[in-house]
Amino acid sequence: MIRRIAAIAAVTRTELVRLKVFYFIIIFALLVIGNSFFLARFSFEEEFQMLKDIALGAMSIFSALLAILASATLLPKDLEDRTIYTILAKPVSRLEYLLGKLAGVFLLLALAVALMGAVFAVVLVLRTQIVVQATAVELSSLPAGELQAALQKVQSAGYDPALLAAGLVILVKAWLLAAMTVFISTFATSTIFTTITSFAAYFIGHLQSTAREYWMSGGDLGPIAKVILALVALIFPDLQAFNLVDGIVTGTPLPPGVFLKTLALGFGYIAVYIALAAAVFQTREL
Amino acid sequence: MSTHRTATWVAVAAALLVFGLARLPLERSLESTQRAAFFRADSLNLDLRDQLGQLSYAAALSGFRSLVAAFLWIEAHTAWEQTAWGKMAGLFRTVTTLQPRSPVYWDLSSWHMAWNAAIAARENPKEPSEFLRRRAEREYQQLGKEFLEQGIANNPDRYLLHERLGILLRDKFSDHQGAADAFGKAASMKEAPPYVKRLAVYELAAVEGREREAYEALRRIYDLGEDERKPRVLTLLHELEEKLGIPAAQRRVPVAPE
Repeated sequence: MIRRIAAIAAVTRTELVRLKVFYFIIIFALLVIGNSFFLARFSFEEEFQMLKDIALGAMSIFSALLAILASATLLPKDLEDRTIYTILAKPVSRLEYLLGKLAGVFLLLALAVALMGAVFAVVLVLRTQIVVQATAVELSSLPAGELQAALQKVQSAGYDPALLAAGLVILVKAWLLAAMTVFISTFATSTIFTTITSFAAYFIGHLQSTAREYWMSGGDLGPIAKVILALVALIFPDLQAFNLVDGIVTGTPLPPGVFLKTLALGFGYIAVYIALAAAVFQTREL
Repeated sequence: MSTHRTATWVAVAAALLVFGLARLPLERSLESTQRAAFFRADSLNLDLRDQLGQLSYAAALSGFRSLVAAFLWIEAHTAWEQTAWGKMAGLFRTVTTLQPRSPVYWDLSSWHMAWNAAIAARENPKEPSEFLRRRAEREYQQLGKEFLEQGIANNPDRYLLHERLGILLRDKFSDHQGAADAFGKAASMKEAPPYVKRLAVYELAAVEGREREAYEALRRIYDLGEDERKPRVLTLLHELEEKLGIPAAQRRVPVAPE
């Protein structure tokens, strides 16, 4: 079973790579490198703050776009090309096919986030080194202890190990979006419907926690409003839970418990969306 | 639709709702944990939509608050180059609302207002009335102070904003008591550099009636070792020993430093 899923995953990843989805990495690299030159005119605190804001924000945007757009085409494209019939005519179950397809997208997303993270890390480390060297020259007359403290301040404003955690949370959120999109595509009739519905779910997901709290507070709401809020709270994922990046870029220490619980919630969503997608796909008329 | 498919759909809908109900307590618990650790900002209000515009507001709602804040900060920097102080103040309010956990944004917003904008207002060649120029200067200084106070309310755990408030109160408001308190709070935090505790004592020494307290604190700093015995520490210690009439045998600095 694992071998069949791995084979489908490898083919899916290759197909997606051939769609030239990695062009966006070039845009990302240009954005980050270009910004790093532009931001050099700011103070180092501003520069590093904005570099992190822009790079991690762009990673979030590109990974979300890639997750939805790549996943939305998976099933409709195979149905349109009739490849799905060839695959399912072999001893491959629908579950294996679905898991293989998803694994391919997950691999692609992991690769994309890793590449963007690598570009960001290289730019950040280089800029930090340049600022550290400039500061060392500028403050060379200070006593050794004070100079060391100043250099330490620059270092800590630049590189922060918690940025790795930010990258991981971005990846899990992208996987969650991919699983949700594949679930939608199992009952959708076209790629466009899947894409639009997934983007709508993405936006609603970011407001889910607000809807949930309104519903749970049981405030002055009419019955229709209550039902709508309840449906939003129960059906859509709480995507705000995965916005740890905003805190991480400000240097707020990330407690391991918060990080692990967030990842656990993400994997919980992914497992449920895969199970639901499998259930719907099992009975779908092809 | 076959009966089998209908049954599947009912089961899927039921599973979605059951999963939704099951995760509610988990999500609420995670939200409160994240909020306690400063990883959940407050929801954006509708006033911000007017300031941001539809697109940026939608982006901020969609989890890109830090990205929108960065671009607005760049816009504020452009406004600075054009010395458009009013526009800068508005942009700073928006940026700090979007990213309330960034000490850098609070600190620099305050600095631009209390120093750059205030001095520009005081030296405004278009305003002939000195009274109005001074008033505008005070208003910008007050605005700078408010940025820091709000920043501290959002970041009570960051020494930097307390330190900056101390500097502002000392240099722009001549409020030595307030400055001493602010530096004292900053110095009590783990990440604070060693000089902050000295700044707190320098200000305390300038407060009428708290010289004895300042003296005791200075002695403790002096006793920490050679690294802490900066020229100003020695001078101030000597002055206080003179002022408080400390017996010669108990003095740390019996002779005035050169």
